[in-house]
Amino acid sequence: MSDRSMRDPAIANVSRRAVLMGLGAGGLVLAVGLPSAARAATAKKYAGEQMPNGLRDDPKIFVAVGEDGTVTVTCHRSEMGQGVRTSLPMVVADELEADWARVKVAQAPGDEPRFGNQDTDGSRSMRHHFAALRRCGAAARTMLEEEAAARWRVPVGEVEAANHEVVHRSSGRRLGYGTLAKAAADRSVPPRDRIRLKDPAKFRYIGRGQIGLIDNLDITTGRAVYGIDTRLDGMVYAVIARPPVYGGKVASYDAAETLKVGGVLKAVAVDPTPVPSVFQPLGGIAVIARNTWAAIRGREKLKITWDDGPNAVYSSDAYKASLEAAARKPGKVVRNDGDVDAALARAARRVEAEYYVPHLAHATMEPPAATARVANGRCEAWACVQSPQAARNELSKRLGIPVESVTVNVTLLGGGFGRKSKPDFVVEAALLSKAMGGVPVKVTWTREDDLRHGYLHAVAAQRLEAGLDERGRPTAWLHRIVFPSIGSTFSRDVRHAVEFERGLGMVNLPLAVPNLRIENPGAEAHTRIGWFRSVNNIQHAFATQSFAAELATAAGRDPKDFLLDLIGPARKIDPGAMADTWNYREDPALYPLDTGRLRGVIERAAREIGWGRKLPKGRGLGIAAHYSFVTYIGVAMEVAVGEGGQLTIPRVDVAVDCGPQINPERIRAQMEGAVVMGVSLATLGEITFKDGRVEQSNFDTFEVTRIDAAPRDIRIHLQPPLDYDQPLGGVGEPGVPPVAPALTNAIFAATGKRIRRLPIRDQAVG
Amino acid sequence: MITLTVNGTERRFAGDPEMPLLWYLRDEIGLTGTKFGCGVALCGACTVHVDGAAARACQTPLSDAAGKAVTTIEGLSPDGSHPVQVAWRDLNVAQCGYCQAGQIMQAVSLLKESANPTDEEIDAAMSGNICRCGTYSRIRAAIKQAAKAGGRK
Repeated sequence: MSDRSMRDPAIANVSRRAVLMGLGAGGLVLAVGLPSAARAATAKKYAGEQMPNGLRDDPKIFVAVGEDGTVTVTCHRSEMGQGVRTSLPMVVADELEADWARVKVAQAPGDEPRFGNQDTDGSRSMRHHFAALRRCGAAARTMLEEEAAARWRVPVGEVEAANHEVVHRSSGRRLGYGTLAKAAADRSVPPRDRIRLKDPAKFRYIGRGQIGLIDNLDITTGRAVYGIDTRLDGMVYAVIARPPVYGGKVASYDAAETLKVGGVLKAVAVDPTPVPSVFQPLGGIAVIARNTWAAIRGREKLKITWDDGPNAVYSSDAYKASLEAAARKPGKVVRNDGDVDAALARAARRVEAEYYVPHLAHATMEPPAATARVANGRCEAWACVQSPQAARNELSKRLGIPVESVTVNVTLLGGGFGRKSKPDFVVEAALLSKAMGGVPVKVTWTREDDLRHGYLHAVAAQRLEAGLDERGRPTAWLHRIVFPSIGSTFSRDVRHAVEFERGLGMVNLPLAVPNLRIENPGAEAHTRIGWFRSVNNIQHAFATQSFAAELATAAGRDPKDFLLDLIGPARKIDPGAMADTWNYREDPALYPLDTGRLRGVIERAAREIGWGRKLPKGRGLGIAAHYSFVTYIGVAMEVAVGEGGQLTIPRVDVAVDCGPQINPERIRAQMEGAVVMGVSLATLGEITFKDGRVEQSNFDTFEVTRIDAAPRDIRIHLQPPLDYDQPLGGVGEPGVPPVAPALTNAIFAATGKRIRRLPIRDQAVG
Repeated sequence: MITLTVNGTERRFAGDPEMPLLWYLRDEIGLTGTKFGCGVALCGACTVHVDGAAARACQTPLSDAAGKAVTTIEGLSPDGSHPVQVAWRDLNVAQCGYCQAGQIMQAVSLLKESANPTDEEIDAAMSGNICRCGTYSRIRAAIKQAAKAGGRK
């Protein structure tokens, strides 16, 4: 790594920026934004169109062609392991007829007015941007074709771009992209009706899965730059002692011993943000030093008296009991079909069960870390953020400077999972740089900081009750769900699920049960609640898919057959008919809930694992399916439970129906990872509180699945792709929710033991 | 004054001898390929080689590294051509990639001790390295592929 790139990680991360800049001076720098193709302002907006700052499809924003033919595609979404820096440029490159070997990827800084929405969250990047980036690549190709046609003085219909050059069909004349670049850049972007998208049969990369990760070389040689890796001249290093209780503050502190530690420069008080603190810092005492080690040692010597505030009452045992008590009483009705009470009263048999899922921490391998320089009325930050525009906005707000004076450079993210969409840690770095008179400051969260001060996945208690008729068919379904809402992180008085939480598998449950009621009793939050990969779908899938299997047992039926009957025949359900007004912000006409596709992934997963095959004692098969992020996932799992209760997972089959598959290789990778994360949270994951304080501190007390306990054989089965004009589903998140219930259902099949409380830990012991 | 060799270059350090090798590499000499994940040898993200053996840099005080040869991911090969690095790319092991430097350094160490490791040997050698993205099945496959390619380099 060069000295320059060491000092400037934005350049290091974009690592080939020098090439782009060098050629850009004489080449096609499609840089000046034009208004995007006119968007209908009349109809209700969905998907990417309704996101803040919408979508862009303008090649002058995303594509540069150098005179040597190097194509640089700017990726405006954050890379956190989902492969977006490979997959989005690949879409542009394919439509552009670019040779992937000559494509470079640059990373956009946070600038939504320019790039459109950059909030990398909600399994949205490909789903929202595929069509726009196809148009973007096709428009750039058209500009190159038009330039070649003009030079040859032939109609543009006689020329065709193919593999990095434009060819005149009848004469065989050819011009490379580099030769055409400069003049093509001066042409106007063709309107949509002049853009010809490629015939999908001619896709070279889309749907093929043949290309490697763009950052593979950097990652495997240690050159990849993450948020924690920023290095600037004169930079100093900070760690912060934050209030151990949410909403607490420093009553008094003494930094005398801290300042005696070699390398420590200063102790700085960071003002706390009142509850709800949203995306702003928790406050505390920062220790700033010449290196991270000195800062950590200095922090150990701080003497702080905390004023804990009202959340010191928060203890998980008591809270669990209160959530469970709430789930046993009627609560706010969020969906009501038929007459559940009458149907339950008439039922030949009633079955009930309670389920519990604890708080979970994201525990990204790279903890939150950011560097900022605040000087001369400007702020520049380098950070591992999922939403760089949110970081800009929060910095602007806290520093009291215009958002245009704030630059946020996006590094690679060492995992995101929803944690890094909250830029509190970036604001911390900026406040400390300001306190240091403009010296750049890097804030590093230790693992203990990460686990103790996260935005946790909500703890949830659920109670389900069903009525079965004489033949074991379900006639009534009552589901009560209690958890602290993510809304509480933004508004103090929120006690019930907000609209999007209701749409995360709570009300949009496609069951063929005529009498169905879903209730959501209230709960108060005592810590920061945030979205964690797949969000509330985790607890909803765990409860409903476990309960479906419990009902199958009660009815004396095969769990897979029972589940298919519970879902009922193939049909398309209007989300609104299930009281889901959110629908992942997708058009319900394009994205109804298709039970045929849900049935399809169940049948596929079952077939692939050999459902019904005979297994030795201590082995069992489990199955679960869940619809989330407008994608359908079925998971079948084989477990082995040893005499001593030791759990192993020899095989997992995942059936995926996410609509058109753009980068099947990364879809498989995301699903493999989702299985491991699902197993991890099901078997080990739990954050608990006592007296308002998180009880876990590091990977010894917040355990995660390691290679020895990970499923040995994970097979991903992609359902035959729909054509590319069909709507896309999400990929990053929907693999997670069905894993936990498939696992506990398999443990039940193996041992007869029904596990209703996560994590499983040693509950598989008979 | 502590003297050590890092990726073949001799280095001298006059600061705190208790400073973990991790922070020396990252903050003092700018080798940020070695990652911080836990600080207490529970995750393996900081794995380097000290005199050829895998070590957790976060729990290796500089005083322990004195006089020794340290190899980091940046020094594993001049151009990323070590068979383990190649296998990692061939199989697209990485997702976020953050833990992979530590995984690769640990895998290289494993292959030095066992040219064709069994699944049980892989579990034993690699279970100190956490991957939160869940790339374990590809890590296992890449180790086996590197072994076939003569990963004992």
